[in-house]
Amino acid sequence: MTLAGQFVNLLAALLLLIAFAMLSQRRILTLIHLFAWQGAALALSTFIVAASTGQNHLYFSAALTVALKVILIPWVLHRLIDRLEVRWDVETLINIPTTMLIGIGLAIFAFALATPISQMASTLTRSTLGIALASVLLSFLMMIVRRKAVPQVIGFLAMENGLFFAATSATYGMPLVVELGVALDVLVGTFIFGIFFFHIREQFDSLDIRHMEKLKED
Amino acid sequence: MPDSALTGSLGVALAWLAIAALCLVPARAAWFARRLAFPLGAAAGLALAVLGVEAVWSPAEQMTLPLGMPDLPFHLRIDPLAGFFLLLLGSVAAGISVYAAGFFRAEPAGRLALTGLQYHLFLASMAFVVLADDAYLFMVAWETMALSSYFLVTTDHDKPAIRGAGFLYLLIAHLGAIAVLLCFGVMHGGQGDYRFDALREAQLTPAWATVAFLLAFFGFGAKAGMIPLHAWLPEAHPAAPSPVSALLSGVMIKTAIYGMVRVIYDLIGGVRWEWGLVVLVVAAGTTLFGVLFALMQHDLKRLLAYHSVENIGIILLGLGLSMVFIGFGHPAAGVLGLIAALYHTLNHAVFKGLLFLGAGSILHSAGLRDLNHMGGLIRPMPRTAFYFLIGALAISALPPLNGFVSEWLTFQAALQAPLLAHGVVRSLVPLFAAVLALAGALTAMCFVKVFGVAFLGQPREARAAAGHDAGSLERLGMAWLAAGCFVLGLFPAFVLLMLNRVGASLTGSGLSAEALESNWLWLVPTAPQQASYSPLIFLLVIVGVTLVTFFLVRRFYHGRVRYAAPWDCGYPEQNARMQDTADAFGQPIRHVFEPAFLMHRRLPRPDDAAPRFELKVEDRHWVWLYLPVARLAAYLSLKIGLLQRGRISTYLLYSFVTLIALLVFAR
Repeated sequence: MTLAGQFVNLLAALLLLIAFAMLSQRRILTLIHLFAWQGAALALSTFIVAASTGQNHLYFSAALTVALKVILIPWVLHRLIDRLEVRWDVETLINIPTTMLIGIGLAIFAFALATPISQMASTLTRSTLGIALASVLLSFLMMIVRRKAVPQVIGFLAMENGLFFAATSATYGMPLVVELGVALDVLVGTFIFGIFFFHIREQFDSLDIRHMEKLKED
Repeated sequence: MPDSALTGSLGVALAWLAIAALCLVPARAAWFARRLAFPLGAAAGLALAVLGVEAVWSPAEQMTLPLGMPDLPFHLRIDPLAGFFLLLLGSVAAGISVYAAGFFRAEPAGRLALTGLQYHLFLASMAFVVLADDAYLFMVAWETMALSSYFLVTTDHDKPAIRGAGFLYLLIAHLGAIAVLLCFGVMHGGQGDYRFDALREAQLTPAWATVAFLLAFFGFGAKAGMIPLHAWLPEAHPAAPSPVSALLSGVMIKTAIYGMVRVIYDLIGGVRWEWGLVVLVVAAGTTLFGVLFALMQHDLKRLLAYHSVENIGIILLGLGLSMVFIGFGHPAAGVLGLIAALYHTLNHAVFKGLLFLGAGSILHSAGLRDLNHMGGLIRPMPRTAFYFLIGALAISALPPLNGFVSEWLTFQAALQAPLLAHGVVRSLVPLFAAVLALAGALTAMCFVKVFGVAFLGQPREARAAAGHDAGSLERLGMAWLAAGCFVLGLFPAFVLLMLNRVGASLTGSGLSAEALESNWLWLVPTAPQQASYSPLIFLLVIVGVTLVTFFLVRRFYHGRVRYAAPWDCGYPEQNARMQDTADAFGQPIRHVFEPAFLMHRRLPRPDDAAPRFELKVEDRHWVWLYLPVARLAAYLSLKIGLLQRGRISTYLLYSFVTLIALLVFAR
């Protein structure tokens, strides 16, 4: 395996590690930092793939990832939690060790699922497909077990990271137009979530989504 | 005149769409909708009728429209069957639109604009149903028809009862549409495309063909109002404004007959006699049920709606006979049954349209719908009474009007039963003919009741006496349809020859050579030594006998007429309440056919100070079919409602589990 390939594998492992770290992290501020680090690892791996395969549009992807997921969105989230004053610890629905165990199960499942697919792919990064899938599932799990709205949004954004990584590792990325569209969607989504946070808090005096159970129709 | 019937018909349908759109434009004054929309729509209808006749006598034409989804364009086709139904749609819609021009004139602007939009959209969608040549366009047009008519039915949506009727209609229409969609799916069989040409060529195993037949029969039957899917019809037809009721009952339920004939004869093909037997059994039940419940009604429009159920039964009797004969390898008799069914379809459209328009005029001028409040209407509205009488005679199947011809043809088809090889079927067919005869007699009784109670006698309410006759446009619309009753009744041979062409295009064979020699005077369905009918001679005899009687009476009684108060049986006071009511008229039938009805009766006690008699006749179908299904649906909804926990985590978990399950499944 080439040096670039090994480096990508290292970054992929880092990505998975960060996904697990996010799953176990209780503090929102640290969560945002981890999210930014995950974005950085993603951007770096995209950059290496671009450099070693000569896929020029991947440079744009990498730059876009840095701009959005490392700088802009974490900054927006920072501002959000400052304004909302929600730096406190995150409550989870299931305790952290159990969540981690489920996460390990999911990772194994993702690898089992990805093996036949990565054998078909011919890309440099094909062995990382399982990791990409695992980080998607882990982020999804994080959305499920968190009780507060902000960590759920971070989970959603991290899921997008995983998807992006899956696209890079399986097919050297989606067409640039699609990537631009997705990036814009993520940005807009973040802003909309931000606005909703304020509304939710105004309505229920809390960002705890348990209060939204009142909306259920009887 | 365009050189092609297909482009012409497409033009008419587009013209209706354009009128629909224009109704909305000057929404403030609704000048267009008030003055021009309905007369223009009627003119387009006339043009469509002419094009329909042209299409019957021309070879089939096809066309692909540059519309629809990518790689899935709309296909159009016109053939004799489509031409015949375009004739029906165009000619009946022309009369109803002229009437509507008068009827809707006084509506407020906003309501009028919306009604004009939906009314013409409804007409255009029916034209597209008939013209469609692929399942895609057919379903689009079919659903547009259902939706536009739903909004027309709920024109008075501020009344909860009307919203309920509309909902029931929409529900059953969608059940039917699902069955039709599944039927197309079965015929398609996962290969080829959804053009009707491809569906025609698809080879189905007998089992799948039977599944397709049952889906088509019950799917279209739901729209036609056959039992047990009829429940929407007596609710929705009275709820709609009268011209719309006339369209629903006269034309829309006929598109379901079109769909049945198109799918069963043309697309599935290879008609089996067992199918015909299923149709015959349902048809006999529908016929009897419809006429018995019509006799129990005292709401005029509801009564007419139940008669639509009955007439659908009669049409289906013809279709069923035709399928039995074709299935046993007697195409000539089969085509005769088909001709009878299609003829009755046209006749029912004309006379039921006329009757609903008459009911609309009564409602419009006197504000009355309940027969028990009418009476003596012939004095304030003599012309309406005259047109209504023509419609009543036609629906009662009295010669020389049109209802008689088609029922007679149905009997002639039934009389071909000795041809059949299967003993049981051979002995069953006369039974169905007997049902038809019984229904005809009961219909006549019912319309004696309607005309007698509504138009004759003393007014039971002040409103009944204060009514005024229908306006000139309304009368013109009714006169057009009444003329149709006469023309279709007096010159049946032309219709017979036209329908023979339709039948030949569908089954590949036609009537016997002797039958084809029917001329303007004599109608011969099979052979002259078996049966023939001449409505003109009938008319001459009727007119002659009437004139002779009239002159004889004048001759012998002239000058000896004495005017005096009638003998009042010794009662000092006589008032309108002493007349037979509509309910009283139906009492003997209610007594004889008691098991058919679910009756709630409250009899007063002998010592009651203010005695009241109450009677409510209900449909048993509600108890054994509709209410259990409704309860089941409510129960299941409640169970599925448990999924809604109000917690985002739970919802996320649902999608997560689904994702994992799909991933496992897709491996």
